Amino acid sequence: MIAGIPVIHFLIISTIMFFVGIYGFLVRKNLITILMSVELILNSVNINFVVFNKYFYPQLIQGQIFTIFVIAIAAAEAAVAIALIINIYRRFNSIDVENIKEMKF
Amino acid sequence: MGFGFTLAILVIPLAMFLLLGLAGHKMKPATAGILGTLGLGISFVLSLLTAYLYFFASHAEAGFKPIIPLVFEWMRFTPTLQIDLGILLDPISIMMLVVVTTISFMVHIYSNGYMKGDDGFQRFFAFLSLFTFSMLGLVVATNLFQMYIFWELVGLSSYLLIGYYYTKPSAVAASKKAFIVTRFADLGFLVGILIVSYLTGTFDFAELTDPSGPAFTEGKGILFLGMSTMSWALIFIFMGGAGKSAMFPLHIWLPDAMEGPTPVSALIHAATMVVAGVYLVARLFPVFAIAAPDAKEIVSYVGAFTALFAATVACTQFDIKRVLAYSTMSQIGYMMLALGVSGYGGEEGLGFMASNFHLFTHAMFKALLFLGAGSIIHAVHSNDMREMGGLKKYMPITFTTFLIGWLAISGFPGLSGFFSKDEILVAAFNHNKIIFYTAVLVAGMTAFYMSRLFFSVFFGKEQHYHHAPHESPKTMTIPLMVLAFASLFGGFIPFHNLVTSDGMHFETEFHWNIAIPVTLFAFAGIALAYVLYYKPSTKSDKIVATLKGFHKAAYNKFYIDEIYMFVTKKILFGLISAPIAWFDRQIVDGSMNAIGYITAFTSEKIKKLQSGQVQKYGFVFVSGVIALMLVFVYLYSE
Repeated sequence: MIAGIPVIHFLIISTIMFFVGIYGFLVRKNLITILMSVELILNSVNINFVVFNKYFYPQLIQGQIFTIFVIAIAAAEAAVAIALIINIYRRFNSIDVENIKEMKF
Repeated sequence: MGFGFTLAILVIPLAMFLLLGLAGHKMKPATAGILGTLGLGISFVLSLLTAYLYFFASHAEAGFKPIIPLVFEWMRFTPTLQIDLGILLDPISIMMLVVVTTISFMVHIYSNGYMKGDDGFQRFFAFLSLFTFSMLGLVVATNLFQMYIFWELVGLSSYLLIGYYYTKPSAVAASKKAFIVTRFADLGFLVGILIVSYLTGTFDFAELTDPSGPAFTEGKGILFLGMSTMSWALIFIFMGGAGKSAMFPLHIWLPDAMEGPTPVSALIHAATMVVAGVYLVARLFPVFAIAAPDAKEIVSYVGAFTALFAATVACTQFDIKRVLAYSTMSQIGYMMLALGVSGYGGEEGLGFMASNFHLFTHAMFKALLFLGAGSIIHAVHSNDMREMGGLKKYMPITFTTFLIGWLAISGFPGLSGFFSKDEILVAAFNHNKIIFYTAVLVAGMTAFYMSRLFFSVFFGKEQHYHHAPHESPKTMTIPLMVLAFASLFGGFIPFHNLVTSDGMHFETEFHWNIAIPVTLFAFAGIALAYVLYYKPSTKSDKIVATLKGFHKAAYNKFYIDEIYMFVTKKILFGLISAPIAWFDRQIVDGSMNAIGYITAFTSEKIKKLQSGQVQKYGFVFVSGVIALMLVFVYLYSE
């Protein structure tokens, strides 16, 4: 329990982060930025995990352990994503998503 | 002595077929011909031996009993109904063995000369052996189903041999016609077999023809259109026989079958395969005579009508082989009517004996006439009688043997045809006067058209041949002489002691009161032909002019082919097949095509959604999630 801060504040922060991430994912054209937006979404979820664990089940630890997992997987995902982006750059000489539309009807 | 060796009569031609069919192309043509002929020669000798042992060495004073030297189970349907394969020897099957192997052997020898230099000489002999094997298997069949199997095999060999000149479109068409027409008739045969086996629970001839067996007790009470079930079954079986034996109205294939090589016409379409229908009726004769007299009546009328019909057409044709083909139909009609007017047992069975007698003598003299015609065609390279004439001095052996064949078929006293025809007429006279007078008329017409053929080929006006006609080689004339000998003396074989409906001998006496008028009638036919055709004259044209419409109809075979074409093309194809085809194409196929078309159309319209832009997909996905969330919020918020 963190003194004086109600749980709703944390939730507002995480919701803002989530929708900022969604916005960036849908609107930005640079693949790196899209990757960053995805990281934002993941981290907003992480905040929720930790906050719910801390406020409602303080005797348990699963929420925090799970956050560790998510961070580890996000790191791996970033490595794969950046490798993909480098390959896309080699192929198209660009990392703009609008130029990458081979996979269509 | 056992009759186990009769298996060899069948196996040798089969082995020759396999040998010549598989390895023939590696042999010289002459070697293949000699091999095939030798194989048939062995079968021929064995058949004669069988006949000798059965008829003369057995001392069967109490009548000839059927012998089954070999039989094994081939297929079992139910504990009581099975199909066997085996060999059945009784007077008619042995007579047929002798006829088939004799004619086949002669035709094999003849073909060595006639087919010389043709492409596919080895193939020809392979097919001849296949045919002989199938025909022998049919003859010795122990049950209806085995007969049916070999029945189809002879149909196949006939098809292969008619279409032997497969580069000739008319031959191909003729072979297809023969196959389809006989196949259609065989459908009736199969239906008949099924009904008989359903009624009696057996296929076996021995059980079927046993007078105390199930064939005579079952199926009598049930009537359909006024006839018992057994009668209907036998009418269906007779339909198969009528198809093979070219009885009206299933005869249309036989004249066209003359497209095959002449030895084939002599073997298959004159002497052996076309009498299979007669043989079938004779085989089931006790059933016809006792259990199904209605069916027997139909046999006699169909036979009599075909005899008259075919004789009329034969008087007008100009193709030498077609005249003989119609003559064959007419003579087979004779055999059928003889069976139809016969009773069962003892002297009542005179017609049965006469039919088989005529089958035997007809096989000899008709094969002789066909082979003689082949010899003539070989010399003048034409089938048309108008392009022949005055051949007597060029071809003395063919002339002499043809003379004997002509006299035999015309019923000249002392020759084989005279005796067998007389027995048939006596049987018809005792049974049915209408049929008797038809038969007498046909006898006169037979004498007329055969004399017409004979006079216009060997006498008449001599044509300008491209090169002088010559006598055929020895391989062709020797079979002619052998068959001429058989036609001369075949009438003295005492058939009434050998081949009778119940195996018992009976005495026949010569009926002068019938023989003399009929012979005079035949002489009248010969005399008429002599006047018209012996010397070149225009008298025949005048007669044609007076009989204008009738002659035209007869010349065009009474338009039976056209009627068939009308029925199949216009009625079957036009009124039944075409609407069904329309339904299939438009409704059945149409509904399936519509489903495909609608799918293609829809996907064409919505495929733009798949743009390849990941962010668009993401947008749709997120919007969907938000929409779903709103829905759930709305649903679950009190």
